Amino acid sequence: MKEILRHRQLILILVSRELKARYRGTMLGFFWSLFNPLLLMLVYTVVFGFIVGGGRVAGFASTKFYALFLFNGILPWTWFSSSLLESSNVLMVQGALIKKIKFPIEVLPIMVVTTNMVHFLLGLPILVAFFIIFGKGLTWWVLFLPVSLIAQYIFTMGLCFLVSALTVHFRDIKDILANLMTLWFFATPIIYTYQSVPKALQVVLNLNPMTHIVESYHYAFYFGSLPHYKRFSVTILVGLLFFYLGYLIFDKLRDTYVEEV
Amino acid sequence: MEAVQVRDVYKFYKKYADRHKFLTIKSAMVNKTLFGDLQASERFEALRGVSFDVKTGQTLGIIGENGSGKSTMLKILAGISKPTAGEVVTRGRISALIELGAGFHPEISGRENIFINGIILGLNRKQIQEKYEEIVQFAELEEFIDNPVKSYSSGMFMRLGFSIAINVNPEILLIDEVLAVGDASFVPKCLDKINEFRRHGKTIIFVSHDLSTIERICDDVIWMKKGQIEMRGYPKRVVDAYLEYVGNKDEKKSLIQHDKEEKKADQEQEKRWGSREIEISNVKMFDGRGQEKYIFQSDEPLLIQFDVEARAAESDFVFGIGVFNGEGINCYGSNTLLENYAARQIRGKGKVRLAVPALGLVNGTYFLDIAVHKRDGYPFDYHHFQYSFHVTSSHRDVGIARIPHRWEFSDNITFIKNENS
Repeated sequence: MKEILRHRQLILILVSRELKARYRGTMLGFFWSLFNPLLLMLVYTVVFGFIVGGGRVAGFASTKFYALFLFNGILPWTWFSSSLLESSNVLMVQGALIKKIKFPIEVLPIMVVTTNMVHFLLGLPILVAFFIIFGKGLTWWVLFLPVSLIAQYIFTMGLCFLVSALTVHFRDIKDILANLMTLWFFATPIIYTYQSVPKALQVVLNLNPMTHIVESYHYAFYFGSLPHYKRFSVTILVGLLFFYLGYLIFDKLRDTYVEEV
Repeated sequence: MEAVQVRDVYKFYKKYADRHKFLTIKSAMVNKTLFGDLQASERFEALRGVSFDVKTGQTLGIIGENGSGKSTMLKILAGISKPTAGEVVTRGRISALIELGAGFHPEISGRENIFINGIILGLNRKQIQEKYEEIVQFAELEEFIDNPVKSYSSGMFMRLGFSIAINVNPEILLIDEVLAVGDASFVPKCLDKINEFRRHGKTIIFVSHDLSTIERICDDVIWMKKGQIEMRGYPKRVVDAYLEYVGNKDEKKSLIQHDKEEKKADQEQEKRWGSREIEISNVKMFDGRGQEKYIFQSDEPLLIQFDVEARAAESDFVFGIGVFNGEGINCYGSNTLLENYAARQIRGKGKVRLAVPALGLVNGTYFLDIAVHKRDGYPFDYHHFQYSFHVTSSHRDVGIARIPHRWEFSDNITFIKNENS
């Protein structure tokens, strides 16, 4: 956290560089960062709402609401998974900075997570618009959003520190991670609700911090009520632990990056 | 006051074999000994106990062969990598020109890259704003500054990188060979800027293979060899010693090769051939006062001297010499036959000297061919490109030879002649 404050100007400008570079030269600009979540939403809605469900999804008042629920979960998930995948090779991609300039290396994974957070934030107005268009109102619980945001940022950051540090030494992690993220997606209540899962399996779901983080977004938008605060507080603590451990390992391996990248 | 203090610095690089790497990830998973295993078994010693000081305002040059540890030392000074052991103390802001334009993003404009690079190098927005005009102007990129950097030529890229790094206004400037890639017209401008730095009392550490530049701009030179300081001192002295070492090494190498297999001897033939009935050895160069040296002013006297030994008495022999520039162009060639010396006899050991009253060459590196052969060209001993010397001077004329000349103008054309340029 101290690093984030100390290098905030550098992080800020690197994030804006990433955003500018990504949107430069594409006609639809920032639409593309939303294209994937929208596509996922559409596909799952069609599959579960129309092909499998024949017009309705079990547990949802209408297919439209299922689409809302999906988008509600897919947005934060996209932030999480893109951050992890990008940070797995960010040190290699930005090798010139590490090798040729005295550079605070921890800024690189921070840049990745922050850039993806900006994409996420840009997606939120679309989410709100969908809620209004599909006729499902929002509640004041939306204001809980910043807490979810911080919890997710800390947890993601910790994992990204870990992943970016270890990938320098074990390049296989990148491939392992890509597959792991697919599994993880289905192990998180995004395309199904937490309540629809059998009790025995809920125990397993509880072990996944992303379950509670995604759930907290569901509560803020879709359910419009207080999240399960006990589970959520534990998640925040777990997130802090990951952050601490991730940074510890990242810092411990710091001197090896220059030579191994 | 010391701007840089280096105390007994060691740097070891770890080498991991692929197999070792596989074992590491395996044992990391099985035995959880990740950190233990990351201590590699093999290591490469890049620096072995280097100590030196650089006083504030001093310009230090570092020379040495590839792999001697120059760049490693510079990276440690820049704070990019850390020494394995030892201590480095630096006073003042450091700017390292190790790779120009590292961190440029190709997709965005030069203007935005200036800001990003400036912040990476440790300036804040306001400071960059103040320097912005100067940076663009120095890089000569006024027209292109809003184009994405990917559309820049490599020269433009390098100019922008240099311009940003130098305008960070460091107290200590580290330069690693970056001028070697610049376009011809930009390099003098960089050197001017570096000279301006010197006048302002900034400390500069300069790593280069360009010995003539090193000699021209440095107060002091360190010669590094196999990770240690071989010699430190007055630029001319160190550069000459280094050149001699490199020359000797080439010679030793070729002698060893010659004694080895015949295959090797074929390669060797490219540098030296002949029957050796008469042999040339111990080729040396001297200045007008009889001092051995290998760096000359363009109009200085030069004396080339070598030993000859005839195995048997011989009456048909010609001594010849050729001077080639760095591009391999023959600048001058002559021999005793062409100059009407009719050979009578050579027997046993002797010396041959060729005295040149004024060199008459432009700046650059030159190679020598020295030979003794029969009148019909049958070679006794032919040394091809085995010896080299440098010409450096404040003259900036170009070409192959420095033809003696004088400008004359009619009265309606006037100049003010600046004497030292």
